[in-house]
Amino acid sequence: MTRARRFADGAVEFLVPACLIVLVGVVGGFMAPGTEEDFIAALVAVTIVIALHVFVGNSGVLSFGHISFVALGAFAAGLMTIPATVKPTLMPELFPFLAEHDVGNIPSLVLAAALGGLFAALVGIPLMRLSGLAAGIATLAVLEITHNVLRFWEKIGPGAKTLSLVPETTGLFQATVGALIAAAAAIAFRRSPPGRKLRASREDPPAAQAVGINIHRQRLLAFTISGALAGFAGGLMVHQLGSITTEQVYLDLTFLTLAMLVIGGASSLWGAVVGALLVSFLDSFLLNAENGTNVVVAELTLPNGSSIVILGVLLALMLILRSGGITGGREASLPFLRAALAAPPPPPGAGRAQDERPERTVLDV
Amino acid sequence: MSVLQSIVDGVALGAVYALVAVGLALVFGVMRLINFAHGELITAGGYTLALTAAFPKIASVTITVVVCIALALLMERVAFRPLRAASPTTTLVATFAVAFALQGVWLIAFGPEGRTADVLASLNQRVFEGDLDVRWITVTMLAVGGLLLGGTAFLLGRTTIGLQMRAAAADFRAARLLGVRADTVISFAFVLAGLLAAAVAILLTVQRPLVTPTFGLEVTILGLVGVVVGGIDRLGTATLGGFAIGFLTSVLGDALPADERVFLPSFVFLLVILVLLLRPAGLFARPSKTAVERV
Repeated sequence: MTRARRFADGAVEFLVPACLIVLVGVVGGFMAPGTEEDFIAALVAVTIVIALHVFVGNSGVLSFGHISFVALGAFAAGLMTIPATVKPTLMPELFPFLAEHDVGNIPSLVLAAALGGLFAALVGIPLMRLSGLAAGIATLAVLEITHNVLRFWEKIGPGAKTLSLVPETTGLFQATVGALIAAAAAIAFRRSPPGRKLRASREDPPAAQAVGINIHRQRLLAFTISGALAGFAGGLMVHQLGSITTEQVYLDLTFLTLAMLVIGGASSLWGAVVGALLVSFLDSFLLNAENGTNVVVAELTLPNGSSIVILGVLLALMLILRSGGITGGREASLPFLRAALAAPPPPPGAGRAQDERPERTVLDV
Repeated sequence: MSVLQSIVDGVALGAVYALVAVGLALVFGVMRLINFAHGELITAGGYTLALTAAFPKIASVTITVVVCIALALLMERVAFRPLRAASPTTTLVATFAVAFALQGVWLIAFGPEGRTADVLASLNQRVFEGDLDVRWITVTMLAVGGLLLGGTAFLLGRTTIGLQMRAAAADFRAARLLGVRADTVISFAFVLAGLLAAAVAILLTVQRPLVTPTFGLEVTILGLVGVVVGGIDRLGTATLGGFAIGFLTSVLGDALPADERVFLPSFVFLLVILVLLLRPAGLFARPSKTAVERV
């Protein structure tokens, strides 16, 4: 593979999902305010699912715990942007240093990312030694602990009450830029030496260890980056919603984002973006339909709960019929561009077979 | 509250979680499937009890058992059989999907408020007067729990189908080569899981009569934790783990001061992480037979 070709592949892998993200951002701008919110929510979902992809897609280890980083990011960013003048009346139990300070929008997002990454690194040090089912259960335990502490410790937040009066600064522009940052980080990690080492360990752990790859270190790095992106996504989320409760960042969101990742195809950025957008729009449509909506021909009202039934069935069907997801876990590529850069043409039967081999589906560890 | 009282309550709750654990471990044994959707069987049982409240008690209980077993078989046939060749993590996500889909179904059918199932409410009375509060339901829980656990042990140890199930759990491919019918064995495991789920639903609704869409999920998550902590590879250790987690939550709940009791789940899950790290095969498993890979 030539250097130009490798660069072109990387550029395409980033630019195709990036164009889709920008397209969603631009189209959203032409929508009515209510529908615009659905577009912003979709872009925030893209950011969360990319974060999940960075770890799950590259390592092949399942995580039920990423929503705890989203939760931490959301509550931190939300709490620190509520003006210090009103905080003591909203949350009288708060630690003084949390109650007396407030920061702007951008610093709050940076703070959310930093805390998410730090938390992920801390829990990752012990947890990244686990694989398979044990990793699934252990990360679920992290989610349960985070939820439990956020819900009942009133010194660090609103507890069981709603965190409200958060400035609503996440519009289409910030959501689009946020998703682009996450996508760039995902591709940069994917193509970096640590990313390649981690994927090697996903394909064949003993072989990877035999060539000197420290699996624990590579997983920990991916988990930390992934946690930082998830925290950042949480910051975007709270600034879109303006208010948040601990129940919004718990099992339901875990299920929804996992469904997005698996339906799109967990092992590629392209799959994460496509899955998140499709499922997010479907979910918004179904939730609107639960409140009664007009579909082209007739008035449609679905009973409450229909959205999770349909998503659950869709996820199960995808696992049964096409476990690589819609994209089959492949990155985006433009065939004509590859052909143009592939000069001189490789001898028949050689060269291409190797890098066109489909990646193994991510969850088949 | 006396220490003895704590222990009595703990044993009662432990017995219920032991039943949840056996249901999970049986299915895991033959299929390598961690069934998140097991809780939905319990929820289905709870709703059936609520809907059949007007029937004679014996009819209500029978219908509940039938519904749970039927749903267990349906679940296996529709969602899990096509995934038999897939990796454990893929099927784990699939059971997650089934669990959420069924929760949606409960929400559509019965609404978010919950229904009251008080069929066996008469069992919620004291056995004798005095300081120690022992209810009939506690006695029933222990009796039913012991009976079902004993029955399962007998079935696995002394019958042909039990032998086949143990063979399938040890090495599924070799068992098939030797003529064990995979579909029969797996279906049978799900029948037992359905039966156990029905028993849990019946016992649990006496203490918590309000059945909501997440009724079974909460029980299952804790039961699952118990199974993994105890050691999922063997039925005995899994059952012990389930009992331990039920006992521990109940006793810790009594022992902790009121303002720290809300953090009980954190303590329990922290313990889970510790066990997974230090003894990945399970607290009661023999350390040499490590079932969980580590890097």
